Amino acid sequence: MTESSTSNESKARYSDDIYEEAANWHVNTGEEKIYPKKAAGKWRRLKWITHGIWLILFIGPYLRWNGQQAILFDIPNRQFHIFGLTILPQDVWMLALVLLFFAMLLAAVTTIAGRVYCGFFCFQTAWTDLFIWLEDKIEGPPAKRRKLDAAPWTAEKLRKKSLKLLVWFVISVLTGISFVAWFTDARQLWHDLLTFNASAIEYGVIALFIAGTMLLAGKLREQTCFWLCPYARIQGVMYDKETILPTYDFHRGEPRGRLKKGQLVEGNGDCIDCKQCIAVCPTGIDIRMGQQEGCITCSLCLDACDAVMEKIGRPTGLIRYASMDEMEGKTQLPLLKRPRVLIYLTILVLSIGGIIYGLTSLGHIEVKVLHGRTPLFVQRSDGTIQNKYDVKILNKTTDDISIKVTASGIEGMVLKGAEKPLLARKGNTGSYIMFINAPAENIKDERTPITFKIVNLDDPTQTSSYESMFFAPKP
Amino acid sequence: MSDNSNPHGQTTGHVWDETLAELTNPPPKWWMLGLHASWILVVLYTLYYPSWPLVSSHFKGLAGWTSIGEFKKDMKEVTDIRAKYEDKLPGMSAAAILADDELKNYVMRSSKVLFGDNCAACHGSGGAGNPGYPALVDDDWLFGGSIELIEQSIAAGRKGMMPKMGGAQLSDAEIDKLATAIHNGTITEEPLYAAKGCIGCHGPDGKGMAALGSANLVDKIWRFKAKDQLASIKATIAHGVNDPTDPNTRKAEMPAWKGRLTDTQIKKLAVYVHALGGGQ
Ligand code: SF4
Ligand code: SF4
Repeated sequence: MTESSTSNESKARYSDDIYEEAANWHVNTGEEKIYPKKAAGKWRRLKWITHGIWLILFIGPYLRWNGQQAILFDIPNRQFHIFGLTILPQDVWMLALVLLFFAMLLAAVTTIAGRVYCGFFCFQTAWTDLFIWLEDKIEGPPAKRRKLDAAPWTAEKLRKKSLKLLVWFVISVLTGISFVAWFTDARQLWHDLLTFNASAIEYGVIALFIAGTMLLAGKLREQTCFWLCPYARIQGVMYDKETILPTYDFHRGEPRGRLKKGQLVEGNGDCIDCKQCIAVCPTGIDIRMGQQEGCITCSLCLDACDAVMEKIGRPTGLIRYASMDEMEGKTQLPLLKRPRVLIYLTILVLSIGGIIYGLTSLGHIEVKVLHGRTPLFVQRSDGTIQNKYDVKILNKTTDDISIKVTASGIEGMVLKGAEKPLLARKGNTGSYIMFINAPAENIKDERTPITFKIVNLDDPTQTSSYESMFFAPKP
Repeated sequence: MSDNSNPHGQTTGHVWDETLAELTNPPPKWWMLGLHASWILVVLYTLYYPSWPLVSSHFKGLAGWTSIGEFKKDMKEVTDIRAKYEDKLPGMSAAAILADDELKNYVMRSSKVLFGDNCAACHGSGGAGNPGYPALVDDDWLFGGSIELIEQSIAAGRKGMMPKMGGAQLSDAEIDKLATAIHNGTITEEPLYAAKGCIGCHGPDGKGMAALGSANLVDKIWRFKAKDQLASIKATIAHGVNDPTDPNTRKAEMPAWKGRLTDTQIKKLAVYVHALGGGQ
């Protein structure tokens, strides 16, 4: 045997292995419909609770605060109202921090425990779970559903199918309306919808949501997670060998084999090949093949397998949250010693700090002053020097208010243009031209700092000030 | 090499390293639908909008969309917003506009372009004035700083006149004396001021007369500002302003804008200039 023939042989064997795996590795690209079985257990209960977070979508728009919608994304007026606070495009840096916060939260959680977002919080999973639950209620368990789908069209099939679609449709409509209600006055929206007076955009968005919900939760389902969703792929690369994921403990489970006469066969592992884990899996994969892209870490197979283990009197946890390191028998670093976790946590804390700072320092009114150029100053016939200012006043409150402007900095100076209180319209920046005249003999420098101060006359606790300059000829 | 089958399925026929073949895995059907939908959209888009180059022009698109059309539409939007104010202006006097905070603010903001196009060349973009051209931001007005007089100055123009005093009227020494007194702000105490008749136009208090456009001689603002202010004052006294008999006379003329600008434009400019900082 020559050397090259050996390597050729092993090469051939190696590539044969790959083909073998490729051929056995079944990937469902939508041609196969998944009929997940209803799961029961502690994870299923937890999941309903976490999905409940989406109730906020439905309830949120109806919360009121001081007679106004508590949370409103007012796009035409470019304002965001949240519990009496108004956030304007100027404050958009906070939005960046909020996004950063959630991005980091996603990263941190994913590093620690995998696609927690997918399995427990994602709207795709929440709506799909709800739709499948309804499907199960109306059409029966998976075996019946399969049969119904294969059966010819009868009155009974028509009744069940149309009932299901109707219920789905109602949920989709509510989803669409609830979404739109965040962006416009929610009560007015219902009124407009019921009197067929809503705007084309509103109808359009609701229609899109109906179509999207029906399609994504009713039809595409796990296919969305496989092929459509970018997070699915992004989260995959955040795993490391210390990430805990729903894992089949093959040391304990293999060799798998069916029960014989209700007993585990001597020499076999704990897995009795009942395929319950596959039956409940919403993406239709077999967790026993190891970590794979299809797993959204919904944990339902944990419930399914635990129930089986209890029945056959074996310890639960054949499928459990475990890391690759644990499976390979390595010891795990404690959570707070893992560099990734630490880095993510640091960024998390910093962004939260920024958001808190931003929210607490959001003023109600704000003044900015632009000093007029060309000319920087004007020599007046009475010997005073005049400077021109463009005073911009931003009113973030929810009312039109009157504002008093004052300025200080030079002995004997006079502010012109602010004699009367100014009207500042709500949510608007108003700009006012003002002049300061200062006696030449009191001006010490070419540039003297001047402080502008504004006060809300309707609520004198609201003030804001801004420092500008007074220019004069060389004394 | 290029046999397309393999014990494990259809291959692309590409083989690397002797044994590695590429299996063909067709993309999912719905994915292909997306692909076709995309190119169909592109075709529809290019039919709808101007797109393909043709020999001498380009395909205009079925919707008739043009960028200039869009521009005009946007401009019309702006004009429509302004109309609310613009419609009121012709029927109002400049003083009435000035008294109305909202309209005044509108005029201040919208007339910047008008001022820049017509006035800034001489008076500076901010109205600061230029050598030989008076500043509009201060409170010193040759022909009066009320809104009516400013409007009149713009509409009909202004041309003041000061006869040359050099030669026959005043000796060099007398010019020196007068100029120094003006420079020091003490012209009313100078006997020559009354004796030589300056007082006739510039007034007993030296403050000038708006009706004649004669300059104020006792404030700190110079009509013909120069580095060497004293020399400039002497030159003005010696050669006068707009005196046809002296080739070295100062030339100072504000052209009339009536006819070149509409009445409303003139009104807007008057308000704008008045509000620049020195209106009275
Ligand atoms: S893969 Fe995407 S759509 Fe599916 S559960 Fe995860 S985040 Fe949601
Ligand atoms: S393998 Fe288990 S955890 Fe993963 S998606 Fe399926 S049921 Fe959920």
